[in-house]
Amino acid sequence: MARAVTTRRKSLNTVLAWAVGLLIFFPILWTILTSFKTEAQAIASPPLFLNFNWTLENYAIVQERSDYMRFLWNSVIIAGGSTILGVIIAVPAAWAMAFVPSKRTKDILLWMLSTKMLPAVGVLYPIYLLFIRLGLLDTRGGLVVVLMLINLPIIVWMLYTYFREIPGEILEAARMDGASLKEEILYVLTPMAVPGIASTVLLNFILAWNEAFWTLNLTAVDAAPLTAFIASYSSPEGLFFAKLSAASTMAIAPILILGWFSQKQLVRGLTFGAVK
Amino acid sequence: MATQHSRSVARLMMAPAVVLLLGWMLVPLTMTLYFSFKKYLPLRGGDLGWVGFDNYVRFVSSSSFWPAVQATLVIVGGVLVITVILGVLLAMLLDQPMWGQGVVRILVIAPFFVMPTVSALVWKNMFMDPVNGLLAHLWRFFGAEPISWLSEASMTSIIIIVSWQWLPFATLILLTAIQSLDSEQLEAAEMDGAPPLKRFYHIILPHLSRAITIVILIQTIFLLSIFAEIFVTTGGAFGTRTLTYLIFQRVLESQNVGLGSAGGVYAIILANIVAIFLMRIVGKNLDA
Repeated sequence: MARAVTTRRKSLNTVLAWAVGLLIFFPILWTILTSFKTEAQAIASPPLFLNFNWTLENYAIVQERSDYMRFLWNSVIIAGGSTILGVIIAVPAAWAMAFVPSKRTKDILLWMLSTKMLPAVGVLYPIYLLFIRLGLLDTRGGLVVVLMLINLPIIVWMLYTYFREIPGEILEAARMDGASLKEEILYVLTPMAVPGIASTVLLNFILAWNEAFWTLNLTAVDAAPLTAFIASYSSPEGLFFAKLSAASTMAIAPILILGWFSQKQLVRGLTFGAVK
Repeated sequence: MATQHSRSVARLMMAPAVVLLLGWMLVPLTMTLYFSFKKYLPLRGGDLGWVGFDNYVRFVSSSSFWPAVQATLVIVGGVLVITVILGVLLAMLLDQPMWGQGVVRILVIAPFFVMPTVSALVWKNMFMDPVNGLLAHLWRFFGAEPISWLSEASMTSIIIIVSWQWLPFATLILLTAIQSLDSEQLEAAEMDGAPPLKRFYHIILPHLSRAITIVILIQTIFLLSIFAEIFVTTGGAFGTRTLTYLIFQRVLESQNVGLGSAGGVYAIILANIVAIFLMRIVGKNLDA
């Protein structure tokens, strides 16, 4: 029996939910709006909402002054590289744990999770020192490795929960038909695992993109991604609200769009399968 | 079904991930432990020998230790209270039938995808600036004196910023949990004439208790180590120096590695206490 919902109640819910939603989204909306204002309009009193002369000049200035494209490229390489590398290492591990489970599988999974709980600041100096010794400080390669390692537990976990949902009977049937391990993985498992792997890639790309402890502490100039680029706006000179907004909009826009696709995976990925 | 052969193949497939994580855990941890027992000042003489538990004692007895513990607890506690209470309310609201539910969901979740440096700087400047910030405009509109948020109400400011970032996470998880609630049970209670508040306390809240616990544990682990939000707003000034930030300053700013490492060991122990509870819940779920 469906619960009868009166139109009045539904309207009330709609109004309330939209009001709350817009309030929460407002800081982002305000940042995007401000990015199209001139600096004078950005600090106008009373504040201007839509009634200003829209301009793109802030975007041009930000790109010109600080070479936005270089930071963007670093972010793409670091987030993309660490995710791809992580998935390559995690797929076989998760496959083995999901399909050839042993008594120790659970312990290994929980232990992997526990490495994620290690507070970064507790190992800051050792990593910093190792980076100096190995010549990795302020390199994209170094950050790719570190971000891969901190996200590896989440990648293994997500893949594991996805793989477990693939029915084992199908694998057995393939084995009966004489499929080798390689064929089994390539032709039976992979097609079924693609959606799960894609979700995992998406969520981890977002997490790596937004990571702001190691990216701030291990980069200076050459490898600095967008997180560090934005942090450089924390000690401003002169009028800068509009430029800060333009820079911020450019840093978050790609991820906001990707993020909308990954809402569902977010729950699974960040609760380690404890809430589905 | 699993043969000896497939077992050894499986072990081989797990090896890279296990070895890498083992290295990632053991190497830096061993180094942190090693440094924590040394007087080690890279810029002022380097390795000055073993000092036993000196660093551990000095870290705890320094005048900035207890304020840092307090700041950490206030921020973590404040954010947890705000995000869990608002998260439950929001999740219940979003679960109701309405028009445009998908869009509202997106609006509510969006802050989670904003990188920490951006949200901190946008709030700091465009909202909390005492002259040109929107909140200052709002205050003046109502005839009140604008607040210098990040210096006069520094803790409140940080809690607001971090809560805004984490509210979507809490909401999303609690919403997922609410949606798995058996609606017939609620309907039955409604038909029996149970008032909304009673339905909330006796059906919804117990159903959500596990999800709430998970939200609290996961958020605690992430909140204990918030960094960028403080780095770009107050830089640890005005009483916002958390344990994480204090250790960062000891290690990288004043380059007192021994002292910082001892602090790091404390931070690791603290995080592990929280982690044990989380692992128990996750572990139970694995058996099911």
